[in-house]
Amino acid sequence: MKSKMRKIRRYWPLYLMMLPACIYIFINNYVPLPGVSLAFRQYNFQKGIYGSPFIGLKNFKFLFASKDAWIIMRNTIGYNLIFIVLGTVCAIAVAILLCEIRSKISKKIYQTCILIPYLVSMVIISYLVFAFLSEGNGYINTQILAKLGMNKISWYNEPKYWPVILVIVNLWKNIGYNSIMYYAMIIAIDKTYYEAARVDGAGRWQQILHITLPAIKPTIVILTLMSVGRIMYSDFGLFYQIPMNSGTLLDVTNTIDTYVYRGLMQTNNIGMSAAAGVYQSVVGFILVITANLIVKKVDPESALF
Amino acid sequence: MYKNEKIFQFFANLILALLTICCVAPFLLMISASFSSESALSVYGYTFWPKEFDLSAYKYLFSSTGALLKAYSVSIGVTVVGTVLNLIMTILMSYPLSRKDLPGRNIFAFYLFFTMLFNGGLIPSYIMWTRNFHIQNTIWALLIPNLLLNAYNVIMMRTYFTSSIPMEIIEAAKIDGAREGTILVKCVLPMAKPIIATVALLVGLGYWNDWMNGLYYLSDDSLYSIQVLLTKIMRNIDMIKQTSASGVSVMAQIPSTSVRMAIAFLGVLPILIAYPFFQKFLVKGITVGAVKG
Repeated sequence: MKSKMRKIRRYWPLYLMMLPACIYIFINNYVPLPGVSLAFRQYNFQKGIYGSPFIGLKNFKFLFASKDAWIIMRNTIGYNLIFIVLGTVCAIAVAILLCEIRSKISKKIYQTCILIPYLVSMVIISYLVFAFLSEGNGYINTQILAKLGMNKISWYNEPKYWPVILVIVNLWKNIGYNSIMYYAMIIAIDKTYYEAARVDGAGRWQQILHITLPAIKPTIVILTLMSVGRIMYSDFGLFYQIPMNSGTLLDVTNTIDTYVYRGLMQTNNIGMSAAAGVYQSVVGFILVITANLIVKKVDPESALF
Repeated sequence: MYKNEKIFQFFANLILALLTICCVAPFLLMISASFSSESALSVYGYTFWPKEFDLSAYKYLFSSTGALLKAYSVSIGVTVVGTVLNLIMTILMSYPLSRKDLPGRNIFAFYLFFTMLFNGGLIPSYIMWTRNFHIQNTIWALLIPNLLLNAYNVIMMRTYFTSSIPMEIIEAAKIDGAREGTILVKCVLPMAKPIIATVALLVGLGYWNDWMNGLYYLSDDSLYSIQVLLTKIMRNIDMIKQTSASGVSVMAQIPSTSVRMAIAFLGVLPILIAYPFFQKFLVKGITVGAVKG
């Protein structure tokens, strides 16, 4: 015991180094945690979280009785599933194509350009999307539909187009990031496999099927599992900025994160949105733990913990 | 090699070239709109080349003592200060965590790691920052909540330290009587330049692009960064649409289309200019993060 204390004393400069970050984490991440009890209280603005009276599960009952609960769950999980599947497939396809390009210069240009959307904030992207979809003078209405002799579409008031628009925007923003990641993995595959396959007369398609994909399969599985672990969390910017906070689109654009934000800032429905937030945190936590357990089974090296 | 190699190369290039155009074209639409006259925009709509070339949007933005230059200086200031503070804390946290001989290092690692698994969500944080710390409408709102430390970056840097900096060097320095602080500054940091650059870049991008903190905590427009300014302009436009009858007075405050697009362009311009210089580090950040968090 004594020697242990002495050892800890010897390391005090290292503990001191960690102090600022530990304090920040404590304030930013741990102090708000007991605040989740707000979901079980009737929020009273004067009294704050801990002075508000407990009301049991009422907030949850109201939340799940409303039709919003179903809509935000469906949107959050549904969009995430589409993003995971389409995002992965497209990113791998682009990565494989990139690896096959012979010309060094074109390869460099492609790599550089497809990463640009990833660097830009969702606000800026909402301006870009607006340039295409604005009803009065947007590119699609004035340059494409008008020239085809079709009527203008009021994009920000027509829910039916938005699932497609949101998927495209998400894909557009993230495809560079994901494909560069897979690209790095594919070029790290031992070249001798491909040479051997070629000697055996395997075509390009067979090489992709039997060498490339199996080689990156563990990574695909792990990244997919990790994304599934985060399926309760949506990209707030995507669902808030891109549809321009349009009320008529809420059916197809409202997710847990935007619902919580609106409850807090716009509709002043703090009880229900706190309930939605807690629901998100708890289910999200269970999913991450489960995903990690599965990853551990598949490949212990890649597990987060 | 293959009989149909030429055809394959052609189609592979075609697909990737189309993708490249899709990634770049929307920015051209924005830039073109910012250099168009307002009348051309309302008559012809957005086009990839200005129908009537016009610099009035930029003249307006740079002549008016107004919001833009102020927002620019807020963005730059917050990005620089935030990145420096974040880097210092990240380095100071990740280096001890990388020392296998540090007693209790797993406890600290878990303390950090748990924040990635569970969080209280927006509402408890919002109430804490506004009621207890009163950061609404202060510059701290843009600097502190969520952005000052990122657990992923700490783990990434710790992994780099453990894998690339040999324990023997640290041991040798210790035997020579060097203090822990000296070891970190003189031995470890010079060897960690690539990872520091990568983390600095990711953090800097995070600060420059952040609009959420501004959306949550700011209503005083003298503190708006570029991204927050753009967000608030959009919200005002939404508001006019939703209450179109009474919108006349607010309408006067809304910048014209070309001015808005010019602000958005100026908001991405620094990133686009710096991109060729930091691309290498960005790619490194992406690939390192992919292999292991």
